Amino acid sequence: MSGEEKNDAELTAREIIKSYDGRSLRIMEVCGTHTHEIFRLGIRNMLPQNIRLISGPGCPVCVTPTGFIDEAVMLALEKHCTITTFGDLVRVPGTEMSLAGARTKGAHVEIVYSPLDSVTYAEAHPDEQVVFLSVGFETTTPASCISVRQAKQKNLENYSLLTANKTMDNAYAALKDSADAFLYPGHVSVITGTHIYEKLKDEGVSGVVTGFTAGEILTALAVIINGTQKQKPFFRNCYPRVVTEEGNVNAQRLIKETMLPCDSEWRGIGTIPMSGLTLNDSYAAFDSRRKYALPQVTGHPNPACRCGEVLRGSCLPGECSCFGSACTPEHPVGACMVSSEGACAAYYKYGLN
Amino acid sequence: MTTDVVTLAMGGGGKETNELIDTIFKKHFSNPDLTADDAAVLDFPAGKLAFTTDGFIVSPVDFPGGNIGKISICGTVNDLSCMGAVPMFLSCAFVIEEGFPVAKLDEIAAAMEKTAKEAGIRIVAGDTKVAGKGQVDGVFITTTGIGRVMDGVHTAGSSARPGDVVIVTGDIGRHGCAILLARNQFDITAEKLTSDCAPLAGTVQSMLAATKNIHVIRDATRGGVGTVLYEIAHQSSVGIVLNQKDIPVSGEVNGVCGMLGLEPLYLACEGRMVVFAPEQEAPAILDALHKGPYSGNAAVIGRVVADHAGKVIVNTEIGSQTMLPQPGGELLPRIC
Repeated sequence: MSGEEKNDAELTAREIIKSYDGRSLRIMEVCGTHTHEIFRLGIRNMLPQNIRLISGPGCPVCVTPTGFIDEAVMLALEKHCTITTFGDLVRVPGTEMSLAGARTKGAHVEIVYSPLDSVTYAEAHPDEQVVFLSVGFETTTPASCISVRQAKQKNLENYSLLTANKTMDNAYAALKDSADAFLYPGHVSVITGTHIYEKLKDEGVSGVVTGFTAGEILTALAVIINGTQKQKPFFRNCYPRVVTEEGNVNAQRLIKETMLPCDSEWRGIGTIPMSGLTLNDSYAAFDSRRKYALPQVTGHPNPACRCGEVLRGSCLPGECSCFGSACTPEHPVGACMVSSEGACAAYYKYGLN
Repeated sequence: MTTDVVTLAMGGGGKETNELIDTIFKKHFSNPDLTADDAAVLDFPAGKLAFTTDGFIVSPVDFPGGNIGKISICGTVNDLSCMGAVPMFLSCAFVIEEGFPVAKLDEIAAAMEKTAKEAGIRIVAGDTKVAGKGQVDGVFITTTGIGRVMDGVHTAGSSARPGDVVIVTGDIGRHGCAILLARNQFDITAEKLTSDCAPLAGTVQSMLAATKNIHVIRDATRGGVGTVLYEIAHQSSVGIVLNQKDIPVSGEVNGVCGMLGLEPLYLACEGRMVVFAPEQEAPAILDALHKGPYSGNAAVIGRVVADHAGKVIVNTEIGSQTMLPQPGGELLPRIC
């Protein structure tokens, strides 16, 4: 597409969005980067009253349950493991404390940028037992799989994964009553391919996959508006330059050979059947839960926190009594206030409520 | 020198200390005002003084476009320049880790002298301490500077007024980005990307030669241009409106920020000023800046308004408005 044609498409999309006067629409984005770009571009400010954007469960930090943090704290303080993790997770509250809190009690927590850095760390520190907090969706999971395969090849006995990996397809079905259509994530779709969306369409779930530029997001919103006029479920790929029908087959195979689907708890949403991944039996020695015989842990989130309702779109961040007072990015009560991609953190930073 | 690394004895005040001072610091910094006495005694013109101090602990000590020595002069020279002062005298205090390579110290001192000469400031006093291995990381430098404020210049953070334009003196965020990549944590390389680290005494003097009617000049260092804008919005109790498309950002910085999810407005600069001046002065200021060596892509990026005091609003690329998030959270550690 030439620059001029692209601008034309963007202008048309903008017109369709601004002039929409049909029934009220709820559009849910389920990708932290979409959430961030929608705020950065000020897209909410140009929408008519009858279109509402909901920041759904698209940020891996935000959907990580309290019990998972409790397990990590237990591994750090009681089993004296070194925890390696993406930075955001350190501040997510557990039932009694976050990993940042555990650090002040002597826990050893190392921030890494990739699971592979974690393997390097374990290799360099043979006297430490290293546990990587394996969270994330289809985009991040392949790297966790590679890390554990590397560890097996290298016969590393001091490396394991505490898994909370999640898959999106069953989450859409579980959330279908919370939105009229989904803005499907660009990066995740590169891995999964679009065939899962065709299947969801057959189950009555509508959506459009798109990229991250202003033009791509606006076009997708316009396509959703047009699609909802037709009274039947729809799917469109508005990101065809990188998203294909079959997806990244190598990454899919890697996940299949290393992990198994399992039921998974989503913070604030509850357990969604077969929406998680755990290591399969050939990697049992690298599964922290089995390696350390962890007991079943049930987390107890702060009852005042309404992150779950925020993720479903049934509550705006500002409607939660904690927002902006007890709960701020400096002192988060709920996970949505921790990550810069979380709905509450974005509303807070951009001065909305 | 008898050894090629700095030893604790070199900080002891005896023969080894003198040897270090003679072979490194005196060799580079030599000038008539730098004597072996306990304090420099200086001739000083009448008028107002500007006086500032700054500590530098950047990691790594070398980065594309400079090193800790260059930055330790630029930081202090630029702070003086913000107040409309012509930099005159500077002192420097080194805390060096035992085992630090003498050759590296020589490079740092050479960069300091070269930068000081360019900025017209004389290094007239110094101190050297050596700390045990692990007590500091490499070398820490503190510089203190004195300058004479030019007559008729009254810049202050509280002086921005509705109607002022906001100018940045060059493309933003290069220092923070260069340091980030120099740490090799992300396996990203950008060959053309260098720090913007530069002494801006000449840049500021050329602006003030064009007009003295400038309300605010502030050095955008840690926290970047975005942090400066919020500081001025608060200090002057005004609102600021930016035009996203007018903010100069290099392709490399944009690319790295896109990959890592960073906002260029919050990346550190070490050679960029944010200038607030009445709109009618903008052409003369930009004309002066565009002729200078460090400000060829200076641009007006926004305006000061009376409403939404204390807030910075951005006109986005799609014609919508959004608030620039307030600075907060963890900034990159040890960038200057």
